[in-house]
Amino acid sequence: MKLTKEKLQDMYLRMRKIREFETKAMGLFAEGKIPGFVHLYLGEESAATGVCFCLRDDDFITSTHRGHGHIIAKGGDLKFMMAELFGKETGYCKGKGGSMHIADRTKGILGANGIVGAGHSIAAGAGLSISCRKTDQVCVCFFGDGSTNQGTFHESMNLASIWKLPVVFVCENNNYGISMSQARHQAIKDIADRAASYGVPGIAVDGNDVLAVYEAASEAIARARKGLGPTLIECKTYRQRGHFEGDAGAYKPPEEQKEWLEKDPIPRFVKFLTENGFSAKELEAIDASVGQEIAAAIKFAEDSPYPAVEKTVEDIYSDIIEEVRTR
Amino acid sequence: MKTMTYGEAIREGMCIRMREDKNVILFGEDVGAFGGCFGVTAGMFAEFGAERVRDTPISEGAIIGAAVGSAATGLKPLAELMFIDFLTVGMDQLVNQAAKMRYMFGGKISLPMVVRLPAGAGVGAAAQHSQSLESWLTHVPGLKVVYPSTPQDALGLMLSSIDDDNPVMYVEHKAMYAMKGEVASMDPIPLGKGDIKRAGKDVTIIATGKMVHEALSAAAALAGEGIEAEVLDPRTLFPLDKELIAQSIEKTHKVLIVTEECKRGAYSGEIAAIIAEDYFDLLDAPIARIGALNSPVPFSPGLEQYYLPNAKDISAAVKKIA
Repeated sequence: MKLTKEKLQDMYLRMRKIREFETKAMGLFAEGKIPGFVHLYLGEESAATGVCFCLRDDDFITSTHRGHGHIIAKGGDLKFMMAELFGKETGYCKGKGGSMHIADRTKGILGANGIVGAGHSIAAGAGLSISCRKTDQVCVCFFGDGSTNQGTFHESMNLASIWKLPVVFVCENNNYGISMSQARHQAIKDIADRAASYGVPGIAVDGNDVLAVYEAASEAIARARKGLGPTLIECKTYRQRGHFEGDAGAYKPPEEQKEWLEKDPIPRFVKFLTENGFSAKELEAIDASVGQEIAAAIKFAEDSPYPAVEKTVEDIYSDIIEEVRTR
Repeated sequence: MKTMTYGEAIREGMCIRMREDKNVILFGEDVGAFGGCFGVTAGMFAEFGAERVRDTPISEGAIIGAAVGSAATGLKPLAELMFIDFLTVGMDQLVNQAAKMRYMFGGKISLPMVVRLPAGAGVGAAAQHSQSLESWLTHVPGLKVVYPSTPQDALGLMLSSIDDDNPVMYVEHKAMYAMKGEVASMDPIPLGKGDIKRAGKDVTIIATGKMVHEALSAAAALAGEGIEAEVLDPRTLFPLDKELIAQSIEKTHKVLIVTEECKRGAYSGEIAAIIAEDYFDLLDAPIARIGALNSPVPFSPGLEQYYLPNAKDISAAVKKIA
């Protein structure tokens, strides 16, 4: 599949945005500027980018606790994301969600999710909605290897397959469910094999190769748009950091970490781009623009106010504001 | 004026909105051609077709999750759980997803969804198919909870539940499906509005679901003994019609609360606490409360009847305070 230079440039831009956003979030968390938990997507940028590159604004995604990459790849605004991480009023969710709960309905982002495996059935529901409304939208469900041991994975793959829902299930196998390696948490090597149980195609791809991911996703998404039902894509990738910031990842063997850092998706894609007509200067210009955008996002977050405490009881319902009386 | 059963009224409410709005769809286990485990959805598959009346596999997590996902993206799903007891299997999707999505996302996603939950004992279905779990639902911010006790209320509350922009838990008592009643109005009954099922001046009996009818039997018996009991059905458990409760207690100064839940942790406790906090000065007697025994629902008919609160229990409790 031949991509134009413009498209390749956009692909690189998205990956670089994720890398820089996450790198800065790591530092800001360490400085104590971001409360709660952050789960970084470093090392997996190619998966979200390759998949979301095939999607339109009116297509849906469901995401995970490790969701920043998905949201950026789907077109989320870095300012509103960063402000949400800070817990500011101007954040995507007015400071009520935080890192694990960012949504943007205008971009079809149905939310990152703090419950492992919860996105599967929500994605099936979005697929059902598309199917009933008879549009050619699709919903991509992102999830990790760990969540494929949840009952919802089975329930939702099954439901999507019997109803031929336009859902593409994208497993980012980053080799760890928190501290438990894939070899310890399941007895199979290729999660894509599980597709056979549902009578749907299952494809394992090199998740650190953005073009390989793009190719697999293009085919699966085209299939879904045609009403031919779901596909399970397994992107084999690696979580470069711990489960959350503060987890040093002592359970990861150093040689494994080293091997995967050598397969880092960004230098790999840079190599491809330089071999395919991009000058170092062009890439540096993209990097510089990303740096500026992220700096502006951080400034926006830092300058924004925290939400007023009265807002705590708003947005629970569309029409009721909870009483504060009964603390 | 029509006469309908409780089950028919629930169906009629669903059908009215499905005829008006193609984005209202129904799914659940065996709700299609089979017509639902209790026959509530009979005929709907024939009328609306396989696209809009869908049998799901036995996957409660996926049923509630699919309601969440489809509600977030343009549909108004009606999801049926065959028994409220099966909520346990789909609880994450309800409590962590449906109830919290709007809030976590800063009010930017609406979930206009209804989950139908056949509840209650009295049909010999034993401990895993007979529970009253309303208080699990009322405990969770983000959910609305309705519990009709008559065909009229079943229809009107179904219309309002479908019209609502929030997840509404529609609790229906499975032992009332065949109960007939007059349906004078085809209009929605606003959520949060209770109803006085029998007026009286001496004591207020707040009752929900099937207990409304036990309370009415008790009130009829008590009238023979010179005690005029007012029977108040909140109809919506959350938001609760506190105004109506206050008005009634202002008149009677005494209150008994009856729900079918096992008493420990029952929603009656929350109602009692609200009355104690806000309306203590109106009371001339301690707040009384009745529930089922703190036991799993037993199977054997004699045990099941012993487990459940009934009109006699209600009368006896009223006499203690009236």
